[in-house]
Amino acid sequence: MFETNSVLAKGTDYKATQNACKLCSPLGASVAYKGFEGCVPLIHGSQGCATYIRRYLISHYKEPIDIASSNFTEDSTIFGGDRNFKIAAQNIINQYKPQLIGISTTCLSETIGDDVTLFLHELKGDDFDGNAEFVVASTPSYQGTHIDGFHEAVAAVIRKFAKKGNTGDHINLFPGFISTEDIRLLKEIVAEFGIEASILPDYSESLDNPVWHTYKRIPEGGTTMEEVEKSGSAKASIEFGTVLNLGKLSGRVKNLNLTKTGAQYLEKEMDVPLVRLPMPIGITQTDRFFEELGKLTGKKTPEKYTKQRGRLVDAYVDAHKYVFGKKAVVYGEEDFVVGMCSFLDEIGIEVALAASGGESGLLEGEILKHCPENGDKITVREGYDFESIREWCLANKPDILVGHSKGYYIARELGIPIVRVGFPIHDRVGGQRIKHLGYSGTQELFDKIVNALIEYKQDSSPVGYKYM
Amino acid sequence: MNQFLKDRETQIVTKGKHSAEIACEKKSLAGSVSQRACVFCGSRVVLYPIADALHVIHGPVGCASYTWDIRGALSSGPQLHRLSFTTDLKERDVVFGGEKKLYHALCELIDKHQPKAAFVFSTCIIGVIGDDVEAVCRQVTREKGIDVIPVMSEGFNGTKKDGYKIACGALSKLVGTDDSYKPSKYSINILGDFNLAGELWILAEYYKKLGVELVSCMTGDGRVEQIRRAHKATLNVVQCSGSMVHLAKEMKEKYGIPFMKVSYFGIEDMSDALYEVARFFKDEEMMQNARELVREEISQLLPALQPYRQKLEGKKAAIYVGGAFKAISLVKALRLLGMKTVVVGSQTGNADDYKLLKELCDDGTIIVDDSNPNELSEFVKLTGANLFIGGVKERPIAHKLGLGFCDHNHERKEALAGYVGMMNFAKEVYASVTSPVWKFIK
Ligand code: SF4
Ligand code: SF4
Repeated sequence: MFETNSVLAKGTDYKATQNACKLCSPLGASVAYKGFEGCVPLIHGSQGCATYIRRYLISHYKEPIDIASSNFTEDSTIFGGDRNFKIAAQNIINQYKPQLIGISTTCLSETIGDDVTLFLHELKGDDFDGNAEFVVASTPSYQGTHIDGFHEAVAAVIRKFAKKGNTGDHINLFPGFISTEDIRLLKEIVAEFGIEASILPDYSESLDNPVWHTYKRIPEGGTTMEEVEKSGSAKASIEFGTVLNLGKLSGRVKNLNLTKTGAQYLEKEMDVPLVRLPMPIGITQTDRFFEELGKLTGKKTPEKYTKQRGRLVDAYVDAHKYVFGKKAVVYGEEDFVVGMCSFLDEIGIEVALAASGGESGLLEGEILKHCPENGDKITVREGYDFESIREWCLANKPDILVGHSKGYYIARELGIPIVRVGFPIHDRVGGQRIKHLGYSGTQELFDKIVNALIEYKQDSSPVGYKYM
Repeated sequence: MNQFLKDRETQIVTKGKHSAEIACEKKSLAGSVSQRACVFCGSRVVLYPIADALHVIHGPVGCASYTWDIRGALSSGPQLHRLSFTTDLKERDVVFGGEKKLYHALCELIDKHQPKAAFVFSTCIIGVIGDDVEAVCRQVTREKGIDVIPVMSEGFNGTKKDGYKIACGALSKLVGTDDSYKPSKYSINILGDFNLAGELWILAEYYKKLGVELVSCMTGDGRVEQIRRAHKATLNVVQCSGSMVHLAKEMKEKYGIPFMKVSYFGIEDMSDALYEVARFFKDEEMMQNARELVREEISQLLPALQPYRQKLEGKKAAIYVGGAFKAISLVKALRLLGMKTVVVGSQTGNADDYKLLKELCDDGTIIVDDSNPNELSEFVKLTGANLFIGGVKERPIAHKLGLGFCDHNHERKEALAGYVGMMNFAKEVYASVTSPVWKFIK
């Protein structure tokens, strides 16, 4: 029966995904929503998706993460999810009193054709009790990875709330999916440049809280609605990432108009100039970020940062021999991979394989552009899973893995070091506190990488050494 | 308790205050942040530890990504169960159907990994697009000569508990397919232990000392071959109220194998689990072995527990776990450590479980079904608990409120079953409750 019913032609080289190097879209959307003040994410679909996503995020952030679900039943799957959606909305409002409910759709609700925007209309018409804004991101996971979901959600918030106005002195900063410590670092940098900047989104507090006395239904922190509104009248937007959700998206066959980023929307609709930079990892990319800040503020880089940069250069010099020519495998989401490769390239590490589960179609071009030293030697793979990465590693014997926790078993099998960066970090504490960006983030990464290589050398020597 | 969801009132009772029975086995409310998962999750939990089978998740990537090696179920041999395989459906597949993709995936993976059997989990989306998973499985079974078993576990079709039942159905397709095996006179299957942190190995050692043969364990450290001949055992010993009772019942009907329910947590329940088996076999020597084992273990354990008990006496604990049977054992185990249970709840308990809990607990204990972070944190505050016992999703709630936490879920890395487990449990509770870090919480 399935001979006629399926798309794959006989003899296609379809491969099953083994140990996926990606997560699904509503996860990314939920993280992004957490970065807006007073927002409760609602995943419109079955309960399991929300529970799994919460569980996954909790393991990384080690924080309570409330994500509601409209808890589809068999009935809603057959007759549509509108009833469940409305009950869900009402219950969230009663319980959480949110300012904003950030909805992400799922594979299921999209496939049965639920029109959430229509539900929202109806909801407002019913005797609906409560005061909350709603925003909807279309995030079926068969149309992209968690990163696509992340950018979709940010764009959805911007599209809904940004207001055009007289250009002010403030800027927008769209940092992408970075660690909470990275967000704090960015805030510090812009503050020292003396410019008011809205971070969109800012989950540095809501996903990395101090201890509480009473349970907070909605943790403090997040970009305020006022900041979102003002984003339409900013002097400029700086957006980190050059892949974003601009690629072809895996298997997406419709709705290409939805693939715009928030910053791109502001540029097009509200004339906010857009500066797009790779993630500022490494000196080259961080320099570019500081240059842009200089241009926008008319100020010189504060001394604190020129000194940080100086110390970083000094460290590069001191340790250059330990890293030169070492072969690294880098994996994770695409923009992160581009930033990381650019950094490794500038310290003389040869990235042997750069891999991502994403399938934007843009990765190879971006990597070539930002890795002038050894870019031509890099094998770039999109839509890759960990089994393919593993096989590649077994055949090519890299010296180090740079990526998130899920590559640990490969490093273990190969007996080589892994430096944990990015998301998720499930087998260590402090994953949310890893710094990657700016001169100081790069400094920490650099030290970690060098020391991992030194430790490996010590450990694999028959006697070890204690002086160098 | 006006801050709780109105429609949930009947699912919360306080012993001594409410006489009414607790309502349970209800669907979670839409919009609640339930700690429950889905049908697929239930099936996956049960089948996961079968280490020489291929577990393929048919659906979009999420369901597979989130369940990649997340359980602490150890294997003494193959590690195939720790990998994550999925058809990773894309939009075109959703529109046109994913059967062929599944077929190719199965063929590829079976050729590559040479598993003894394969389980194919169908997730929400499959139920909607209507792929004929069973037909694909039949075809691959024919072509590859191994059992390829469909697990129709669409997430929306009920709760995690329904998933257990579906998984049991899948297992029962294997049970009884190898008749050649001749077990010894005293033989059992262990059902409902998942060998978290090697717990099964502890139990296996005990039963060996009693002189009992383990024919199969479902599903901890599971092997397809053992499951095939499981119907040759004389008795099924089932742990935990929820997950594998269905299979035990089915085996009773089909093969006439009686079953008993036990728990391996805490001294009392562990000892009972051994005595009950010995009593079943009506063998005096075995009973003697059991008595000796228990005596020996307890005579070492009790004095060792004493120092912990001294420090923990009078401290209060809150319990929120998946199965209610586990909660019952925990209440008893905590009592042994001198601690009081002030809140106890589960995701999937039934009326009988809750009745038992109510009998067991002291007045004032809050008993709750299918709770959520808001409620749990309120209860903890209300009762002044010093310790929270739960799973990964409860851990940050406890820690955020400055409360000790003990992981009693599928992710745990410390064995908590048996006498050794009780010792580990005491150590963990002690470490958590008496750590000096709490002095910074005011
Ligand atoms: S609810 Fe459905 S889609 Fe979600 S995790 Fe469960 S099976 Fe997968
Ligand atoms: S892939 Fe789709 S169905 Fe599965 S967990 Fe993600 S959103 Fe839910």
